Amino acid sequence: MTFQEKLEKNVWGLIIMVALVVSVGGIVEIVPLYYLDNTIEKLSQEEDSIRPYTALEQEGRDIYVREGCYLCHSQMIRPFRDEKERYGHYSLAAESKYDHPFQWGSKRTGPDLARVGAKYSDKWQIQHLKAPRSLVPESVMPGYPFLAESIIDHTLTERKLRALASVGVPYTEADFAGAAEAVKGKTEMDAMVAYLQVLGTMVKFQEGKDYRE
Amino acid sequence: MSEGKPDEQQYSFTVVKWFSIAAVLYLIVGALVGDFIAWELAFPALNFDNPYISFGRLRPLHTNAVIFAFGGSTLMATAYYIVQRTCHVRLWSEKLAWFTFWGWNTIVVGAVVTFPLGLTQGKEYAELIWPLDILIAVVWLSFTFNFIMTIVNRKVSHIYVANWFFLGMMVMITILHVVNSLAVPVTLTHSYSIYSGVHDAMIQWWWGHNAVGFFLTAGFLGIMYYFIPKQANRPIFSYRLSVLHFWALMFGYVWLGAHHLQYTALPDWTGSLGAAVSMAMIIPSWGGAINGMMTLSGAWNKLRDDYVLRFLVVSLAFYAMSTFEGPVMSIKTVNALSHYTDWTIGHVHSGALGWVAMVSIGAIYHMVTRLWGKDIYSVSMVNTHFWIHTIGTIIYICAMWVSGIMQGLMWRATDDYGNLVYTFAETVSAMHPYYVLRSLGGVLVLLGAVLMLYNIVKTISGAKQPVTAAAAARV
Repeated sequence: MTFQEKLEKNVWGLIIMVALVVSVGGIVEIVPLYYLDNTIEKLSQEEDSIRPYTALEQEGRDIYVREGCYLCHSQMIRPFRDEKERYGHYSLAAESKYDHPFQWGSKRTGPDLARVGAKYSDKWQIQHLKAPRSLVPESVMPGYPFLAESIIDHTLTERKLRALASVGVPYTEADFAGAAEAVKGKTEMDAMVAYLQVLGTMVKFQEGKDYRE
Repeated sequence: MSEGKPDEQQYSFTVVKWFSIAAVLYLIVGALVGDFIAWELAFPALNFDNPYISFGRLRPLHTNAVIFAFGGSTLMATAYYIVQRTCHVRLWSEKLAWFTFWGWNTIVVGAVVTFPLGLTQGKEYAELIWPLDILIAVVWLSFTFNFIMTIVNRKVSHIYVANWFFLGMMVMITILHVVNSLAVPVTLTHSYSIYSGVHDAMIQWWWGHNAVGFFLTAGFLGIMYYFIPKQANRPIFSYRLSVLHFWALMFGYVWLGAHHLQYTALPDWTGSLGAAVSMAMIIPSWGGAINGMMTLSGAWNKLRDDYVLRFLVVSLAFYAMSTFEGPVMSIKTVNALSHYTDWTIGHVHSGALGWVAMVSIGAIYHMVTRLWGKDIYSVSMVNTHFWIHTIGTIIYICAMWVSGIMQGLMWRATDDYGNLVYTFAETVSAMHPYYVLRSLGGVLVLLGAVLMLYNIVKTISGAKQPVTAAAAARV
C-alpha cells in the first residue's frame, strides 16, 4: 500500500500530513523576518527621528483605519523614478515599525500618502476632507464633513496607548498621564489632520544613500 | 465514483437546504453592495457625505459578504452535502451542523451591523472586530470537527478527493485566521494587531492570499471534484492528476502572499521567493483545470443542452485563466506596473465572478433539484442566467484590464525632459468611463443572481413532480 493510499484511508493521518505541508511556506517566509537584522533598516542618529505617534496623532490614525482610507490610499512608496517624483523617497520598513496595524494598502484609487505630511497646509487638508471636489474637481473621494463635528472620546486614549505599549510601542508613563489632556475637546478632524501631517516626516534622508542593501 | 444510490432519507439534508438558500441570498447582498460602491467610484456624489454608506466603510462589507457570507455558506452547504454522499453516512452531529448555520449567520449579521458603523481592524479581508473573530474560530472549528467525524464514520474505505480539498481548506484557514487575527483589545469593539509594520504586512498577505488560495480555491475545488463528475455522469479524468493537484496546491499556495509586497519595504528575498513559487503554481493549477475539463471527454455534447454543466465548465475556464494571470502579475516587471491599479481588482473578479461564483451557482442548481426532489422551474431561465452572468463578468474584467494598464502607464509616463506627464487627478478622471462600464457589468451579475433566486423559489414551491431521469439529465 502506498503512502498516499494509507492517507486516503486514515483521516487523522491525512490531516497531520496536510498541516505539515501547509506550514512550510509560512515558516520559511515569516519567521526569518523576525531574526534577520536587515529586515528593518539601521539608521544613523541624525537620520532617525522615528517616534511613536502622539496621543492626538494616534487618535487620528484610528479614524484613518475606521474610515477605510487604506482601501484607496497606499502608504508605501516603491523605489521607482516616477514614484520619487510624485511622492518622494521610497518608504522604509523602519518608518512603519510602530504601525499597528500596518496601513501600506494595496490600491491607489487616490494617491499614496506615505509622505503627505507637511505637503499641504492644515487649512487645505481640512477643506479637502470636508469637500474634496472643491479643491480637486476630478477627485472621487467621499466627503468627510462630519469629522469636524465629532469630539474625540478622551477617556479611551490612555487605554489605547497602553494597549499599543503592551505590543512594543515605547510609550512612557508621561505619555499615558498626558494622553487624555492632549486630546480633550479636540475634534476628529483635528486628530485626522495631525496624523496626516506627520506621515513620512520622521526620517531625514541622506542624498544618494542606498537604504536597501 | 463508487457511491451507490442510498435512500436520501438517511442523510441530514435540511441544514444543507438552508445553507444553499442563504448562499443565494448572500450572493445578491454581496453583489448589490459591490455594485453600489462601484457606482460610488464612478459618481462620488453617491457617498452623500454620509459616513454609514461611504466607500471606505462599505467596501469591507462587500468583500466580507461575498467571501464569507456567500462563499462560506456555499462551502458549508456543499461540504455537508458531499461528505454525506461520498461517505454514505449521515452527518456526525446534526445539532453541531445547525450551530454552524446559526453561528455563521450571526457573524454575517455582525458584519452588516459593524462595518457601516466603522468598526474594523483595518486589515483587508480580516476586518471583523475581535469578538466576531473569536466566533468565526469557534464556528469554523465546529464545522471542521463535524466534517472530520463524519469521515471517521464513513462506510467506504477511501476518502474521496473532494473531501481532501475541503480538509486542506479547513486546516489552513484555522491556522491563518488564528495567527493573523491576534490582537490586543482596548474595548469590546476596538483592538490593535499585535504585529506592526513589515511583519504585519507579511502576515496579513500570507493570510490575504491564502483566503484566496484555500478558502476560495481549495474549498471550491472540492466542489468541482464532486459536482463536475456528478453532473457529467463520468468519473474524474485522472486520479493521479488529482493527487498531484492536491499536494502541489497544499504546499505551494502558502508561499504566494509575498508577491503582494514586491518593491515594498519587505525584504527583496521574500517577494522574489513568493513570485518564483507563484510561477510554479501554474502547473498544478492547470493540471486541476485540465482534470476537470477532461472529465467531459467523450461527453462534450452535454454542454449543448445542460446549462448547469455549462456553469461548471466555464468556471474552470476562468479558473485556468486567472491562475495564469496571477503568476504573470507576480513577475516583478509586470507587478511594477500592475500593483496598486485596477488590474488587481479585475484579476480578483475574474477569479471571484468567473471561477468561484460560477462553480457555486452550478453546484447550487444541481443540489436544489436533488435536495427538494423537484424539476427546475425554468431551464431557459438558467440559460439566461448563464449568459448574463458570463457577459457581466467579461465586461467587468475587460474594463479593469484597460483602466488598470492605462493607470499604470499614465503614472509612470515622463516627457523628454524627465518630468511626469500626468497629474494624479488626470489619471483619476481617465478612469471614469471604465468605472461606469464596470458598474454596468456588475448590474448584469446582480440581475442574474436575482433571477437565480426567483427560479429556485419557484422550483421549491412549484409542482411536486419527482425528478425524472430525463429532467435529471437536463439540469
